[in-house]
Amino acid sequence: MTDALRFHVPEPEVRPGGTPDFSNVPIPKAGSVPRPPIDVDPRDIRDLAFSIIRVLNRSGEAVGPWASLLTDDELLEGLRHMMTLRAFDARMQMAQRQGKTSFYMQHLGEEAVSTAFRKALSPGDMNFPTYRQAGLLIADGYPMVTMMNQIYSNEADPLKGRQLPIMYSSKEHGFFSISGNLATQYVQAVGWAMASAISGDTKIAAAWIGDGSTAESDFHSALVFASTYKAPVILNVVNNQWAISTFQGIARGGAGTFAARGLGFGIPALRVDGNDYLAVHAVAKWAAERARANFGPTLIEHVTYRAGAHSTSDDPSAYRPKAESDAWPLGDPIVRLKNHLIYRGVWSDERHAQAEAEIRDTVIAAQREAEKHGTLHSGNKPSVRDMFEGLYAEMPPHLRRQRQQAGV
Amino acid sequence: MPRKTMIEAIRDAMDVSMGRDEKVVVFGEDVGFFGGVFRCTQGLQAKYGKSRCFDAPINESGIVGTAIGMAAYGLRPCVEIQFADYMYPAYDQLTQEAARIRYRSNGDFTCPIVVRMPTGGGIFGGQTHSQSPEALFTHVSGLKTVVPSNPHDAKGLLIAAIEDPDPVIFLEPKRLYNGPFDGHHERPVTAWSKHELGEVPDGHYTVPLGKAVVRRPGAAVTVLAYGTMVYVAQAAAEETGIDAEVIDLRTLLPLDLDAIVASVKKTGRCVVVHEATMTSGFGAELAALVQEHCFYHLEAPVARVAGWDTPYPHAQEWDYFPGPARVGRALIETMEA
Repeated sequence: MTDALRFHVPEPEVRPGGTPDFSNVPIPKAGSVPRPPIDVDPRDIRDLAFSIIRVLNRSGEAVGPWASLLTDDELLEGLRHMMTLRAFDARMQMAQRQGKTSFYMQHLGEEAVSTAFRKALSPGDMNFPTYRQAGLLIADGYPMVTMMNQIYSNEADPLKGRQLPIMYSSKEHGFFSISGNLATQYVQAVGWAMASAISGDTKIAAAWIGDGSTAESDFHSALVFASTYKAPVILNVVNNQWAISTFQGIARGGAGTFAARGLGFGIPALRVDGNDYLAVHAVAKWAAERARANFGPTLIEHVTYRAGAHSTSDDPSAYRPKAESDAWPLGDPIVRLKNHLIYRGVWSDERHAQAEAEIRDTVIAAQREAEKHGTLHSGNKPSVRDMFEGLYAEMPPHLRRQRQQAGV
Repeated sequence: MPRKTMIEAIRDAMDVSMGRDEKVVVFGEDVGFFGGVFRCTQGLQAKYGKSRCFDAPINESGIVGTAIGMAAYGLRPCVEIQFADYMYPAYDQLTQEAARIRYRSNGDFTCPIVVRMPTGGGIFGGQTHSQSPEALFTHVSGLKTVVPSNPHDAKGLLIAAIEDPDPVIFLEPKRLYNGPFDGHHERPVTAWSKHELGEVPDGHYTVPLGKAVVRRPGAAVTVLAYGTMVYVAQAAAEETGIDAEVIDLRTLLPLDLDAIVASVKKTGRCVVVHEATMTSGFGAELAALVQEHCFYHLEAPVARVAGWDTPYPHAQEWDYFPGPARVGRALIETMEA
């Protein structure tokens, strides 16, 4: 007699009411992972897809071969970017609760990933972000007021009220137009990088995807094309452990790593501590140099934790323990960089508290400015005419007729 | 003037466009070294190099997705999906991305791509080498959809599509690649060298998108057709002796409504024909527009002749394909109504 087949559905270790437990997540010591040369043969660094590159240790010291790339000023700036993003998130989260916009998505706990990465790119490089990389804009000096105008869909919204909040677009700041359809931009980034190579340019592209969306077919498409054409692209996977309510095991994390998926395509793959500003920056810089030197794509898995709700429409207490983010072994990216700067002797708890207050004031001032232009349900709005325009370079006759019917 | 097949005309269009603009790149499955399974890109890689014309992995979403990224960079990709029947994996990229990038970014990014796809039946292609999915594109705001019916238009429309600032779906009726076809499968096929529309000027010219053309002037009934059905409709008119005015739409979106309305107001009758399945096909849009704009001029119901609402069969090819007999019956019924 053969036993009946059993259907397997992965489950997270702990559900609401349980005690958070990450003891099964191996965390290598800071400084323990080597830094290979940028022309390394991917086969020689397979281990890096299964480890975690970390720079900051428990005492806030930067250690190992991936350390010492950034100056005090650069690190202080990085801290400010992360704190700004967190303060921005808090205000916009509240604005959504106050009915000033329909929707918002926070970055809580993931601030290092996008802000540190941005500083490793050069002017003219292009990111193809998801909806959780607004730190790319903050770190590039994109005006917060403009971001808020987009979130409020007000008269000053650069996207004329056509897009859901946070689906920003800025060619000038190397930030490709965000789409609600997951993973589509991952393969577009590869195409952009191919175009740069075809044109004999020196610019590179960065693709972004979350752990859950790696299950989409465009993840595979992107890896095939990036590998086939040796495209100058950095393929980022932000593994924040959660895709709305599904833990990363449903995207088959845990079977190897997300980084390891690059290995089958001959793409060098690295895992990095996503809550370590210095490590994210160092790894991004390595991959950028590699791409720019014609050695082709790199896959980076940023290991982090989605500390906030998935969105303003989500309540994580329904599917994971409330205090799970406190138990996350890689800690809080802001606290860790703060401690490092204190260790370096260029920062203090007092200055941090002062900076927090200043940043909050700056964000509030930006919010006041944005709200002068209206919010979703009050004040000035984009025109109804804007709804019909800009679909094609030239409006076709049937749209002109519909615009007339709409009385605009 | 030189006569060319539709294949040669399409190749010529890409050749001319690549020669004029180094931003034009051509890629797809088997498109590079081999020159395409239909020979439409033959010689382009040798002439322009592998960075301008190259083979792609078998991944339609990847082909269209990378083309979108290239367009965002500033190139003008003209890519090929081997058969329109295989565009579905790319449908997400086409409908949610290519079609909307200009709109959603308020012009910050644009998507000047052309996606060429051999389409249509009449070749014993069975279920996945015969489909006509145009209605799946005309329903999508932000795309343009073109279906040429002859070498002259194919070249001019394709050059116009490549130069167009927005994404264009370019459906090539493969039944017409080597010669016109009126549905009389029992007769020997004719070659484009024997047809005046096989005359293709050398060098650069365009046929504007959004402009229909009258292929057969007539006074009794208007036939709205595109692709292979243009020849079927002409044959049906000759065989029934009905003085039908056959309009070749050429572009389905933007649609030349003025040409349609002017003709139907003159004839008072209208028959819409296409190979694609009937229900929710593009013919439904055409019939609705005609009744909306020509209601008081109509002397008979608008008729539709289309593929049956079944997958495209193999053995029953000629019972499925709307040939001249079926179109002829519709003409007679519309005249008698």
